[in-house]
Amino acid sequence: MARHVMDFERPIIELEEKLAELKRLEIAGMPELASEIEGLEAEIERLRQTLYAALSPWEKVQVARHPERPKTQDYLEMLFTDVVELHGDRHHGDDEAIVAALATFDGRRCVVLGHRKGKTTKENIRRNFGSPHPEGFRKAQRAMKLAEKFGLPLVTFLDTAGAYPGIEAEERGQAWAIAECLATLSDLAVPVVVVGIGEGGSGGALAIGFGDRLIMLENAYYSVISPEMCALILHKDASRAAESASCLAMTADDLVRLGIADEVVKEPLGGAHREPEVVFARVAEAISRALTELCGSDGAALAEKRYARLRAIGVVAEGE
Amino acid sequence: MPINDWFKARENRKYTVTSSASGDLPDGVWVKCASCKHTLYQGDLARGAWVCPHCAHHFEMNAPDRVALLADDGSFEETDAGLTSVDPLRFNAAKPYTESLAKAREKSGLTEAIITGRAAIGGHPVVLGAMDFRFIGASMGSAVGEKVTRAFELAEAEQRAVVLVTASGGARMQEGMLSLMQMAKTSAAAERLARARLPYVSVLANPTTGGVTASFAVLADVVLAEPGALVGFAGPRLVEQTTRQSLPKGFQTAEFLMEHGMVDAVVPRPDLTVTLATVLDYLTGGCVAAGGAS
Repeated sequence: MARHVMDFERPIIELEEKLAELKRLEIAGMPELASEIEGLEAEIERLRQTLYAALSPWEKVQVARHPERPKTQDYLEMLFTDVVELHGDRHHGDDEAIVAALATFDGRRCVVLGHRKGKTTKENIRRNFGSPHPEGFRKAQRAMKLAEKFGLPLVTFLDTAGAYPGIEAEERGQAWAIAECLATLSDLAVPVVVVGIGEGGSGGALAIGFGDRLIMLENAYYSVISPEMCALILHKDASRAAESASCLAMTADDLVRLGIADEVVKEPLGGAHREPEVVFARVAEAISRALTELCGSDGAALAEKRYARLRAIGVVAEGE
Repeated sequence: MPINDWFKARENRKYTVTSSASGDLPDGVWVKCASCKHTLYQGDLARGAWVCPHCAHHFEMNAPDRVALLADDGSFEETDAGLTSVDPLRFNAAKPYTESLAKAREKSGLTEAIITGRAAIGGHPVVLGAMDFRFIGASMGSAVGEKVTRAFELAEAEQRAVVLVTASGGARMQEGMLSLMQMAKTSAAAERLARARLPYVSVLANPTTGGVTASFAVLADVVLAEPGALVGFAGPRLVEQTTRQSLPKGFQTAEFLMEHGMVDAVVPRPDLTVTLATVLDYLTGGCVAAGGAS
C-alpha cells in the first residue's frame, strides 16, 4: 500500500528515498558509501525534528486527517474490554458514523460514544466518513440518558469533519438532533470525559464534545468551522485554508489557552499514526486520571460544576 | 401634465429601490418586494409589520422593530445593553474583526446582534430577545451567547417566560471555538429553564441557520416560525454542493419544516403577538401545580 504523504513532509520523504537508494548500492558492493549514509540519516533526523516539532495549525489539520491515524474503533478495541455495541436511535435507523457502546475501562463500567471514520473506502462509505445524520445524534442522546440512568461515566471520542450537510439530514432535523444532545449533555448527572483524537468539526463534534474534562491529542483540532469553509466565506477561495487555520485558534494548545480544553496528550514525532501504541498508553493514562478524579462525585454536583465550566467560556466587555 | 404623461414620468423616475435580497433592511423611501416585485412605500410597510400588502412576503425585521411589535406598549426594559463583543483571538482574515464590529455597530445602531430585556406579552411577564441580522449576520459570538444565557437565567430568577426571536447565520467564526462553545452554554441555560418548568417559546425568523438553530433556537417548548423563513443547519448552497443533488421544492422553508415535524406552527407576522400571548396563556394556565421533583 502506498504510504499517505502529507505535503509538508515531502522533503523528508525525498531524502528517505535517496537514503534507500544509497543503501541498496552499499549492499550491492559499494561500502565506501557508509559515511554518506550516516550523514544522510543524521540530516533526515534533524529535518524531522525541525519539521514536526513546530507544525503550523494547517499542518496539524493534515495530521489530524491522516488516513492511518488511530480512530475511535482503535481506542475502543485497545483501551476497553467487554464491549457491547448499542445500535439505533429507535426512530429512524442506525447511523454508523457514530458508535455507542457499553464498555469497560480498567475495570470501570462506562458508556462510550465516538465519531467513527472507516479505515477503508468501503468502510468509510458505510460510515459516511464519520459525518453523522440526525439518527446518529439521537442514538448518542439515547446512550447519554442510559449512562445517566445507571450511573455509568460517559467517555467520548471526537473525530468528525462535521455533521453531514445532506437533504435527508435536514429533513430529519439535523439541528434539532444536535441541540437535543447539547441540552442532554449539559446536565447529565454522571462524569463526562471527552477526548479529541482527530477532527473536531463544529456542531457535529460539539454534540458529544463537551463535559467535565476535555483531553486533546497534540495534533487534534476542534473548530467552529473547517478552515476550508472559513477561507471560502472570507476570501471566496478554499485554497487559502492555511491562513484561516491560523486565525481560528483551533489547535489543542489554543484550546487550553482559551480555557476550553484541560490537557494536551503529546504525540510521537510525526503524529499518532507513527507509534499508535504510545498514544493509546498516554490516552489511557489521561482518561484513567480523569475518571479517578470524577467518579464518586455526586451526580447533581457534577452537572452544576459543568454548568459553571460552560458559563465561564466567552470573552465580553461590559460597559454602560 | 396629462395623466398619461404623468404615469410615464413616474415609471421613469429613479427610486431608491432596495430589496430584502440584499440582506439589509431597506433604508430608502421606496422598497421593492423581493417576492412579487411590487414597489412599496416604506412607511406603509413599517406600519404593516414589514409584510408585503400584495403577496404577504415577510421582509426581514430588525430587532428594535421586533421588540416594538411584540412587547406590550411601554413594557420593554432592556437588559445587558452595554454587553459587547471584544476581539479575543485578534482575528484578522480578509478584514479585522474589530472593523466588522465597528461597521455593524454603525450600520445597526446596536451594540450586539441581539437585544434582550424584560417585557410583557399579552400581560405575561417575559424575558424577550430579538436577533438582528444586520449585525454580522446575527452570528453568535461570546456576547450573543452571554446575553441569551443571561436571558434564561433572568427568567428563572424572576419566574418569567422566555420568548426569543431568532435570525442568524450561525456561530461567529471570528471568535473561533469561543463561539462554538456558546452553543453548549446557551443550550445548558435553556435546559435549566426547562427543569424549572418555565415556558420558553421561540420564533424562527428568516434566516435561522447553523449554530443558532442547532442550539437554543429549537429547544423551546413551542417552536414557531415565520412564513417562508429559511431554517436549517447547513445552508442550502452547502447542501447542494455536498450532495450534488437538486434541492426539493421549498427545501428548508418554515412550511417544509412543519411538514417534516420540526416546528409547531407557521405563524404570519400580523398574528404573531396574539399567538404568543395565547400560547403563554396555556403554558402558564395549568390547573395542576407545575413542578414536583425534577
